[in-house]
Amino acid sequence: MASGATLISFDKVWKSYGQGEAKVHALAGVDLAIRRGEFVAIMGPSGSGKSTAMNIIGCLDTPTAGTYNFMGIDAGRLDRNRRAMLRNLYVGFVFQGYNLLPRTTAVENVELPLIYRGVGARDRHDLAMKALAEVGLVGREHHTPAELSGGQQQRVAIARAIVTRPTLLVADEPTGNLDTARTHEIMELLTRLNTELGLTIAMVTHEADVAGYAERTIRFLDGHVASDGMNFEVA
Amino acid sequence: MIWETVRLSLLSVRRNVLRSFLTLLGIVIGVAAVIAMLTIGSGTTEKVKSDIAKLGSNLLVVRSGRPAGPGGPGGLDQVVRPLAEKDVAALVAHLTGASAISPASQKQVRVIFGTESLTSGITGTDSAYLDARDWKLVSGRPFSDSETRSGTGVCLIGETVRQQFFGAGDPEGEIIRVNRTSCKIIGLLEPKGYTGFGQDQDNVVLMPLHAYQRRIAGNRDVDNIYVAADDRTPTTELQPRVEDILRDTRRITPDREDDFSIRDMTQIADAMASATTTMTGMLGAVAGVSLLVGGIGIMNIMLVSVTERTREIGIRLAIGAHEKHILIQFLVEATVLSLLGGIIGILIGLALAGLASVTLTIPFAPSPAVILLAVGFSALIGMVFGFFPALRGARLDPIDALRHE
Repeated sequence: MASGATLISFDKVWKSYGQGEAKVHALAGVDLAIRRGEFVAIMGPSGSGKSTAMNIIGCLDTPTAGTYNFMGIDAGRLDRNRRAMLRNLYVGFVFQGYNLLPRTTAVENVELPLIYRGVGARDRHDLAMKALAEVGLVGREHHTPAELSGGQQQRVAIARAIVTRPTLLVADEPTGNLDTARTHEIMELLTRLNTELGLTIAMVTHEADVAGYAERTIRFLDGHVASDGMNFEVA
Repeated sequence: MIWETVRLSLLSVRRNVLRSFLTLLGIVIGVAAVIAMLTIGSGTTEKVKSDIAKLGSNLLVVRSGRPAGPGGPGGLDQVVRPLAEKDVAALVAHLTGASAISPASQKQVRVIFGTESLTSGITGTDSAYLDARDWKLVSGRPFSDSETRSGTGVCLIGETVRQQFFGAGDPEGEIIRVNRTSCKIIGLLEPKGYTGFGQDQDNVVLMPLHAYQRRIAGNRDVDNIYVAADDRTPTTELQPRVEDILRDTRRITPDREDDFSIRDMTQIADAMASATTTMTGMLGAVAGVSLLVGGIGIMNIMLVSVTERTREIGIRLAIGAHEKHILIQFLVEATVLSLLGGIIGILIGLALAGLASVTLTIPFAPSPAVILLAVGFSALIGMVFGFFPALRGARLDPIDALRHE
């Protein structure tokens, strides 16, 4: 998919924890940019700073120093509630552990972000049903997570992430709990959303073949970007 | 948004039935206790009031002896001069504002019919007694004037006496023995039931005062004079008039105190009612403490709930919930919980009060104000005790919350 204008940019972003001797820099002056419509895989060993970077990209966290710009907004300086609003309007999340509300039906889970957006009950239901159809879960709308397989739960989570038509999808090891067949189904779904909806996707993974579905791979190491390049081997 | 949140919190209550139930229990018990106490209490107050009304409303009772107060009634320095028929006659002649004036002398005496016997309260009086005490006859007739004057051996009996001697049968015309004399039953008194102090008001035999004085008491004394106020005259107005007339007829000089006392049954009724109301208030306050404990239970469970649902809070925050959404969610949940508890508590409390009213034979007197107050208070408890846990949930960091297992 052809990339558009810059959506995300890190300008010398630092994220530090602790004080004095015990001070740890999870990110040490990272510069990076992601354009609209890109599908980026973020890799790196644990402790490399990739999760911290993802939290900042998803507007869940703010840099200790440097600037994080999201959609032209200085998102690193916003307070909790403003960042919550930004997430609600523009960011969808998919997690390794699905993170669906237990004992809550698929359609109710998908409706959740719309509730915080103030969408009326009828519209909410319609939009949620549509999103579930988009991820191929027709007929499972009223199942609770316990009644769904891992792959199906992750589809519900993806439906919940895209129901608000976000600009950015943040996926944290989306296939980490799935077998190979399910992994490919989910990755094909994400690829389709990227091409058909023009959804920008930032995805953390530690599996090379999963990263291969993305157009570009950014590798973190010790709080720095170790490598950043396009994935040419993918068809 | 609020309605939506209420719906969601009801869902959450339903999803955690056992935990919700245990949380509710504190509030249920608290509210039930308050409602039961206050309802039983107001029933008791009504019972006391109606008991005293049974003695006769707007009634003054005159007795011989100095009034109660400093020095006490009938101290050692005082020779009690009994009331007499001339005191009654003076009141009948001069008192205005009274609907009935009647002398009465009482004694517990053994009454015998056939082989049955019963210790009963014998009252020597006249036909005005029935008016003064607001007492009606089920059958028969009151004493005639000539019977009253001559002290004929006739009597009216209460329901308990009839049941003891005649079962459900008609007692009229039968002759019973009272002490060493006998009297012919000419009428049956309407049942009055027990007083709040457990005294059977129907275990009585009324006979003409002169018959009582001659054949039973053996003196010419009058123990009490009943004075019933008419509809236009409050007892407080009537009392000084009675006092004046009696001082005059008993020749009490202004420098001496009354040698009789006048008791106002209305005032006694009010005093007793206010005493039971105070008692009710105290019991209610004690029950209120259990409501407070219930509130702390709510807080405890809401804290557990927030901890248990940290991940859920993380998800909600990640997908765009503001602090206020989480705060409202848990506040509404706590309020809905305690309101539910309040409603269940009201039902149980009313059921308990209903049961008590049957076993204690007091009126069932639920008060809408108390019920509304209980609902409002339980909602308030939910909000107050739910606030701290809710705030804790709302302030969670979404990243930490999502990582929470």
